[in-house]
Parts: sequence; C-alpha cells; structure tokens
Amino acid sequence: MSTSILIIVFAPLVAALIAGLGNRMIGNLPAKLVTTAGLFIACALSWPIFLGFVAGTETATVVPVLDWVRSGTMEFDWALRVDTLTAVMLVVITSVSALVHLYSWGYMDEDPDQPRFFAYLSLFTFAMLMLVTADNLVQMFFGWEGVGLASYLLIGFWFKKPSANAAAIKAFVVNRVGDLGFMLGIFGTFLVFQTTSIPEILAASPAMAGVSHITFMSMRLDTMTILCLLLFVGAMGKSAQLGLHTWLPDAMEGPTPVSALIHAATMVTAGVFMVCRLSPMFEAAPIALYVVTFVGAATCLFAATVGTTQWDIKRVIAYSTCSQLGYMFFAAGVGAYGAAMFHLFTHAFFKALLFLGAGAVIHAMHHEQDMRFYGGLRKKIPITFWAMMAGTLAITGVGVYDLGVGFAGFFSKDAIIEVAFASGSEMGLFAFWVGVFAALLTSFYSWRLMFLTFWGKPRWAASEHIQHAIHDAHGHDGVHDTHGHGHEEDNAPAQEHAGEDAHHHAPDPDHGEGTGGYHPHESPWVMLIPLVILSIGAVAAGYVFKEAFLDEAAFWNGSIAYNEALMHAMHEVPWWVKNVALLVMLLGLLTAWYGYIRNTRFPAQVADQLGPIYKFVFNKWYFDELYNYVFVKPSFWLGRVFWQRGDIGLIDRFGPDGSALVVEKGALFAKKVQSGYLYSYALVMLLGLVAAISWVIFR
Amino acid sequence: MSGVPILSLMLLVPLLGAVACFFAEAKLARTIALVATLVNLALGIAMWASFDVGGAQWQFTERADLFGSFQWALGIDGIALMLIMLSVFLMPICILASASIEKRVGEYMAAFLFMEVLMVGTFAAQDLFLFYIFFEAGLIPMYLIIGIWGGADRIYASYKFFLYTLLGSVLMFIAMLWMVNVAGTSDIPTLMQYDFPVDAQTWLWLAFFASFAVKMPMWPVHTWLPAAHVQAPTAGSVILAGVLLKLGGYGFIRFSLPMFPEASAQLAWLVFALSMVAVVVTSLIALVQHDMKKLIAYSSVAHMAIVTAGLFAFNVQGLEGAMIVMLSHGLVSGALFLCVGVIYDRLHTREIDRYGGLSINMPKYALFFLLFTMASIGLPGTSGFVGEFLSLAGIYQASSWVAFVCTTGIILGAAYMLYLYRRVAFGEQKNADAAAMPDLSVREWVMLGPIAAAVLWMGVYPESFMAPMRADIAALDARLASARPEGDARLWIGEPAPVVEEEAHGGAH
Repeated sequence: MSTSILIIVFAPLVAALIAGLGNRMIGNLPAKLVTTAGLFIACALSWPIFLGFVAGTETATVVPVLDWVRSGTMEFDWALRVDTLTAVMLVVITSVSALVHLYSWGYMDEDPDQPRFFAYLSLFTFAMLMLVTADNLVQMFFGWEGVGLASYLLIGFWFKKPSANAAAIKAFVVNRVGDLGFMLGIFGTFLVFQTTSIPEILAASPAMAGVSHITFMSMRLDTMTILCLLLFVGAMGKSAQLGLHTWLPDAMEGPTPVSALIHAATMVTAGVFMVCRLSPMFEAAPIALYVVTFVGAATCLFAATVGTTQWDIKRVIAYSTCSQLGYMFFAAGVGAYGAAMFHLFTHAFFKALLFLGAGAVIHAMHHEQDMRFYGGLRKKIPITFWAMMAGTLAITGVGVYDLGVGFAGFFSKDAIIEVAFASGSEMGLFAFWVGVFAALLTSFYSWRLMFLTFWGKPRWAASEHIQHAIHDAHGHDGVHDTHGHGHEEDNAPAQEHAGEDAHHHAPDPDHGEGTGGYHPHESPWVMLIPLVILSIGAVAAGYVFKEAFLDEAAFWNGSIAYNEALMHAMHEVPWWVKNVALLVMLLGLLTAWYGYIRNTRFPAQVADQLGPIYKFVFNKWYFDELYNYVFVKPSFWLGRVFWQRGDIGLIDRFGPDGSALVVEKGALFAKKVQSGYLYSYALVMLLGLVAAISWVIFR
Repeated sequence: MSGVPILSLMLLVPLLGAVACFFAEAKLARTIALVATLVNLALGIAMWASFDVGGAQWQFTERADLFGSFQWALGIDGIALMLIMLSVFLMPICILASASIEKRVGEYMAAFLFMEVLMVGTFAAQDLFLFYIFFEAGLIPMYLIIGIWGGADRIYASYKFFLYTLLGSVLMFIAMLWMVNVAGTSDIPTLMQYDFPVDAQTWLWLAFFASFAVKMPMWPVHTWLPAAHVQAPTAGSVILAGVLLKLGGYGFIRFSLPMFPEASAQLAWLVFALSMVAVVVTSLIALVQHDMKKLIAYSSVAHMAIVTAGLFAFNVQGLEGAMIVMLSHGLVSGALFLCVGVIYDRLHTREIDRYGGLSINMPKYALFFLLFTMASIGLPGTSGFVGEFLSLAGIYQASSWVAFVCTTGIILGAAYMLYLYRRVAFGEQKNADAAAMPDLSVREWVMLGPIAAAVLWMGVYPESFMAPMRADIAALDARLASARPEGDARLWIGEPAPVVEEEAHGGAH
C-alpha cells in the first residue's frame, strides 16, 4: 500500500507541474492527457485500498516522506497516513477528480487556456490528498491552504472578469478568517499536548476532558472546549458554515467542473473531515459539540431557505451544498461521525453529478445560467435530463424505509435525521426538526430546479446569451469567444436588481414558441460518461455502503470516534421519524409541481404576499451587505486614516518633518558648511567613529 | 576550520572589487561587480559547507590586535552564517537587476560592493566597536544609492532616514561605551555571557532599542521605509528589504536579548504592543496603497512586527520562527521588489492602476509574481509559512492576545497582497503600453529563478537552514530561561482553582 499511496498523492502533483510549467510549450493535448491519466491512475489505486478497508484486509499505516520542521519540542514531518477515514476520502477525491478531469475535456474544449486549467485541477487534487493523508495538524493545514490556493486560482480562472476576481479574493480571505481560528487552535493544541501529531493528540484528549482549564485571551476556559472551538472556526470557513459561508455562492464564478469538484464534492467537505478526524478530541468537549450541532443546523436551514429563491442554476446548487454540509456538521455534532462521513460520501457523488449536469445544461444553453430562460429541455437533452433526475432523486432522499430501498441520499440523510432524534439531547432535537424542515425545502428547491429547467415551455428566446448564439450563428460564423471572457456574465439579470421585481421580469411562459429558433445540443460523450458513472453512484452508493459506514465499528477501526449505542439507538427511533423524511420530500415535490407546472403564477403571488420576507431570503439574509459595511469598507477607511492622518499627519509631521524644521531654523550656519544631508550624516558618522576609536585607544 | 581567513577574504573581495569598479568604465564595472559578488557567493557556500553544525558556537574566528584594545575580531555562529548567506546570495542578483542603471555605473557598482563589505562585516564582527562601525557605515552606501540613483524625491527620503537613524545611533554608541567600561571588554561573545546589573539593563536596553527599532523598522518609527523604498532603485530596494531590515532583528538577537535578558523580559510588553499595532495598522495601510513599492514596504513593516514579537516570546519556536521570517522575508520581499523592478523597467511607473492583465502577455512573470505573493501571504510549502507559523506558535505561548492580534495579519496580508496581484496580473489589459510589455528575459529569469527555488526549499525542507542555528538558539533560550516571563495561556489540570493550583502545575504539560 505504501507505494500506491505515494503514487496516488504525488501523481497529481507531477502531472500539475508538467501541465502547468509546460503550458503552451507542450500544448493542450499532452497537458490534458498527463493530468487526466495521473488522476485515473490515482483513482484506480485508491479503490482497492478503500475496498480493502471495507473487507477488513487493510490496516492503518503511515508512510513517512520527509522531515519538515524541528524546532525545540515542536516537530512535524511530511507523512502520508492511510486509515479507513482517509480511504473514504481517497476514493471520493480521486473518483470525482478523475471524472471532472474527463468532463473538462468537453466543457473546456474551446478555452484558450486549457493546460493551465488542468494543471490547477491536478494541483488542487494533490493538495486535497495531502490534507486527508495528514498525520499531523500542520500538514493538514498545508493541504487546507493548498486547496485554498487552488480554489482561488480556479474561481478566478477567467481572470479578465472582475466578478471572478472579486469572488476569488473573497474566497481566499474569508477562508483565512477561518484559518485564523485553525492556526490558533493548532498553537493551543501544541501548548497543551506539546505535539502536533494527530494520533498523539487524540490519544491524550480523553484524559483532558473536563479536568483542565486554559487561559485564552484573558478568559479561563475548559481546555478541550476552546481548542475544539478554535479548530472548528477553521472548519466553518472551509465548509462555508453560517457566518463564513459568503464566499461559496460567489465561488460559482469559476468554471462549472470546478464547482463540481471543489465547491461541492471535496474541498468544502474538508471541515467535516477535520471534525471527524479529530472526533475523539471533540468527544472530549461536549460544549464544542453543541456549537457544532447548532452551527450545522443553522446553516442547513439558512442555506435551504435561500436556495428556494435563487434563479441562477449554479447558485441553487451552491446553496444546496451549503445546506447539505450543515447536515453533515450536525450529524457530527450529535456524535454520529459515521453518518456524517456517509453523507459526505454519497453527497460527493450526487452533488458532483448535479453540478456536472448543470454544466451540461449551461453548455447546451450557450452559457445561460438563469433558470427563467430555461424550460422544456427534457426532450432536447435527454441523457443530461436523466442524469440530473438521478441526482435530484438522490439529494431529495427518495426511498422507502420499510422496503429498504432508496437512492444514495435517502440512506445518508435519513440516517442523520434519525440519529439527531435518537441522540435525545435538546440540541439534537432542535437539529432534528431543522433537518426535517430543511429536507422539505431541499425537495422543493431541487424539484423547482428540475421543473424550471426540463419541464414547461421553452423560455429561451428572452435570454441574451441565446440571442447572442443565434446572432453569432447567422453573423460572424461562430468567431465568438465562448468561455466566459468578459461578455457573458454582464447580461445575466443582475442579482442585486432582481431583488425587487425578479418575478415580474420572468418571461411569460405562455408567450409564443419561446425557443427563438435555438436548438440545444446534448453534450459530447466525454461529458456524458462522467454523468452516467456518477448517476450510478447517486443511485447505488447508499445502498451498497450503508452497513459499512453506519453500522460497523470494525469498518472505522478507530479512525473516528464511533458511538455504538447511538448508532444502535438510531435504528430504534419511532416509525414516524423513519418516514418523516419521505413525507416532507413528497410535500416539497408537490409544492414545486404546483408552483412551477400547474399554476406558474403561484410563486410570484406568494413572493408578493411575503414581501419583505421574500426579499430578505432572496438577498441571502443580507450577509454580504452587512459584511461589506462592517468589515470591508471600514478596513479601507481605516487604512486611509492610518496612512494620511497617522503616518503622514502625525508621525511625519511631529517626527522627521518637525525636527527637520527645528534643525533647519536652529542650524542655518551648519547648512552653509555642509550642503546636502548625505554629507551631514557622513560627518556625524565620522565624528562618532573618531570618538569611538580615540576612546578605545586612550582610555 | 581551515587556516584560510575566509571571513576576511569575504570582506576583501568586494572591497577590492569596489575600488576597481570605482575607476572602471561602465561595462567593465558591471563585469567586475558580478564576478566579485559571485566569488563571494562561492566563498559563502564553501563556508556554509564547512560550517560544523553542532560544533563550536563560534567558528571561522579571526583575531588580530589593531591598536589599543581595538581588535579585528571576526567569527560567526549559525545565525550570522545564515544572514551572511542571505546577503551574498542576494548581491549578484542585485547586480543583475541594475542593468537599467545608466548614470555613473562604476560608482554605483562600487557603492554596492562596499555595502556588501559592510553587511558581511556587521554579521561577522565580534568586537563591539567593529560591529558599530560596520553597522552604521553600512547605511552610507545606501544613502548614496538612494540619493544619487534614486527617484525624484530622493533627498527627502534619505534625509528622513538620516533623522531617524541619528538619534538611535548616538544612544546606542553611548550605551556601548558604558558597557565596555563596566565589563572591561568589547568582545561580543564575552559580553553575551556578562550579567549587567538589572537596573542598568533597562537603560542599556532602551538605548539599543532606539537604534534597532528604527532599523527594523517598528511602528511608529517606520515612516522612513516607504519613502526610502519608493525612491531607491530596484536593487537598492532589494538590499534594503532583503538585508538592511535584518540588521535590527540581528541586533535584538545578538545584543538586546542575550546581554540584557531581564530588561528584555520587563520590556517585552513594549515590543509586543508596538508589534501588535504594526501588524494591524501597517497592513491596513498597505491595503490602500496605489504605489506598488509603498505597498510592499508597508507589508515589510507588518512582517517585521512578527519578527519582533517572535523574538520577545522568549522560547525556541519564537526565536527560530523569527529567524526564518527574517530569512524568508529577505528572499520574498527582495523578490517582490525585483518583480516590481521588472515591470518598472518596461513602463517606468509604480502606479498599480497603470498595469493590469499581465497574466496575458507576461505569463511567466505572473507565475513568479504569484509564487512570491503566496510566500508573502505565508502559504504552507513556502518559506513564509514556516517562519510565520513557528513565530506565532512561540508568541502564543507567551501571550494568546498578542498571538491573536498578530495572526490577524494572515487575513489582512492575504487581502492586500491578493488585491495587489489582482490589479497587476488579472483583469482586462486596459493599458495598451502595459499590454505590449514582453515577458521575462533570460537575465530576469536568472534573477528570479534562484530566489523561487530558495523560497520553496525553505518551505518544504527548512531543516537545511534551521540546523546551523539550532545550537545557538538553544543557547540563547537557555540564557533567557531565568528571565522568561510566564505566558498568559497557562494550563491548569485538575479542579479549577486559579490561585492554589499555580505552584503545582506551572506551564504546559
């Protein structure tokens, strides 16, 4: 295994370097080949490891790579740790990444900068693999920041677009706020345990629970609570939890394959991974777990509400991701780390599927992302439709408990809802009800997306993208610049203005043909194959792996804290708890069907009725505006004040300029002797030296 | 240690080079300067290779009586070795970066080589007065470089520098005289072991602090730095940021901490306070700059604040981290100034808004710039992270408040550097002249490539750089042990009883 893990982790790095540094020298095809091949090799090597853990034939190992830092008692090395938890992440990362690489052959086909794109994708994969194979907190932080860098580069991939650049910086900086917590958490952990080695910390944690205190910023707090909370702040940043979530929707500025890989399947789940990896630590900090549960539940609800109102297909899925991450966190918060990891696992497949499917729709619709300009695409792009359908059935959790059948999301999400109920704590019950309500919203926004996109009459003609396409086809024989360079975002209905009258703008579905003579095409096979493979995952991943993830302590084999009693209690919850998820799913489906197929005027009427509430939700609870006024603008303002008033107005005025004035007034004759300050300095120096030497000689 | 007086040789080579350059015409002077600096680099590498890690604290020592008690005393420990390596490594790059200098080339090269003599001398000096001479005289060539080959406002800039430096130097000189008088020797290694009376230490410490704080520079005596950087030619900025800013930190680690440990402990709050202010204030100022060099200059102040806070954390991680931040900053900010120089040479403006979209026409440049930007932000895998992480970890053990405030620097640092990078390398090509600039030339590759390699090396395997310093840091840590203040982030185990538990479970477990 040690050789294969080295190949798994470093093949993407090597591929990224070849493609990135070779860039235009080696050309598109070699760059795409080497990166994609690297990932498929890594993927092919990862599955046997994972299946070995499922079968119980593999054991946890650590492969040392290189010494890193030795500073006093602080020591940490580059090493690759593989245990069950890592193995789960390995298959998720390499599978989705390999498929996304393949998909990008089609999606990015017309882009002039393909080697760079593939290099970034592979670089990301390398960093993510370093994160999940970390044996110490610092290497985890390396991967953590590495994926942040790759995310920054990929969000801003179309770097000519101001909105993409802004989103990229926002993602990096907001994540850094989380990293502040992460870093302080590492420092605190080192202070307490005198090590950054994860196994050593986890081994020592239980003994610390409740019996030790530490002073942090003049507050005397329970040691494990404050350490876990600090580390959790890092997790909140990376996993876009409420408060630090603002970067994720904006990150949709990146190409869609990026959204699927980084902002759905892998990177954003790093926070969940971290909490699970450190689960024995969190188990020693009940208050921290309460906070995790609460934040998870709150995010779950918040993001789901916003998701119901958005028009941009990618943003709907982005908020959906945010919401699903909330599920994972509150599962971890109530102590069901296995359930959290299970949802992470299934979510990776169906959410990647939904994003890639959305990418195929966007591809078919000439880069139109506004669902108000979709409609009736079911017959035009059938394979994409069925793939999206599989994803939607998975995310909404379609399945019947008593029959024991269902799509991937059914098994994982139901487990979370049940385990929250079974945990019996107040916070667990709160999370349960929030989870149920969010499941209703999930079903509603997911079906809303499906109905708006694939059902109804075509509403394409009103789209400027489509008109552009038609115009181009007639006009300049397709010399247009397809991929995101400048023009395409600008004519999408601006979200800010859409706030007040979005529903009035929606084109009248009854009006005419609505196709504008445009013919959407199914995507090329390189894009469809990943969709099909992921569809299989979305359908079957839950059923196949549910026992291993949820019911087998032996599968986890100590890589996470496994609460046998809780997982047992999960199966003992009342009948209605087991079936409530299915019920709310049907309710959501029905509502969406009524609002977007049966009576299409209904949503606008509801929005009008709700007025300010609708606006509040539509504008994402005004987090961006709030942060802008509280953090961004004051920072720039303070910067100017400190500069103009502080440095120039105060320090310089009373410092060098002031004393200069005194010197000038007081020593006019000296200036006559020595013109130019350089020489006066040299003179002073000389006098000093003479004094020094004479003193040394004659004392 | 072989019989070759390698340190004297490293002073002699650039000195002879400087004299030769002074009289040579332009083209020859460039060659001489390049050869001299490369020879010195080779000597430095040879010295590093034969440096006995874990051997004697002071190696390559040379002693020669000059007159009176004044000694030609040279010798280095691991700390000095690393800083000398940084200097000799950056020098040839600076010579290469001076291709656009047309005016009085011979004198320019002479000034640079003379500066190399003084920098190496400062780090190698083992006599207090010898140190003082090198330390203070090192600034004269810098003045000349800014004053003669600098920008339009060069007189004001060098003058500002002069006023700041003057007071500190005088105070430090007086303190040195007193010390030599009391201790009866000007030998630095001896003085590092000498226990000065505690009440005198405070005054001595303050006198040294006046000088080092300016050189560092610490807030609020930092305003000379942006002015000097903006006016200096590219190579001048590189040396200023790369090496001269390290003189203050070197002073703290060589003089203030080992010679006045009690005073250092008592006054650590002052250093912490100034460092915290510097991190936040100068980072915010960097955010609103329109001039690239000013932005990087302000970021230097913020980085140096991490150094000072790390040094006064009184533990191994803080000290080692501070040293690595210094080395890393020397490389990274030097490289960033080179990056500014590369495009300044093409467009003759430092105004950020005049650029944009350089990723399109200068992709290789954009890649280097990105690497150094990320190193400045402290991305793990680059040198910046190792230093920042260790020093902040050290600071946390001293004070969680200081650690918290200083760590906010990672957020602000990301903000201002990425904002800079976005405006320079990303976006549309809005200026035709900027869009027409060619990508890196071979000469520029040779300048940036080695620094990039060093930055990654230090980030992935910092052991090469930390091993030589380990014993010296450990010795310093032991020297500081008795004076070490209690950290605020204390750990109590057992029942929460704040006062009673103290003697039972002090410190970390």
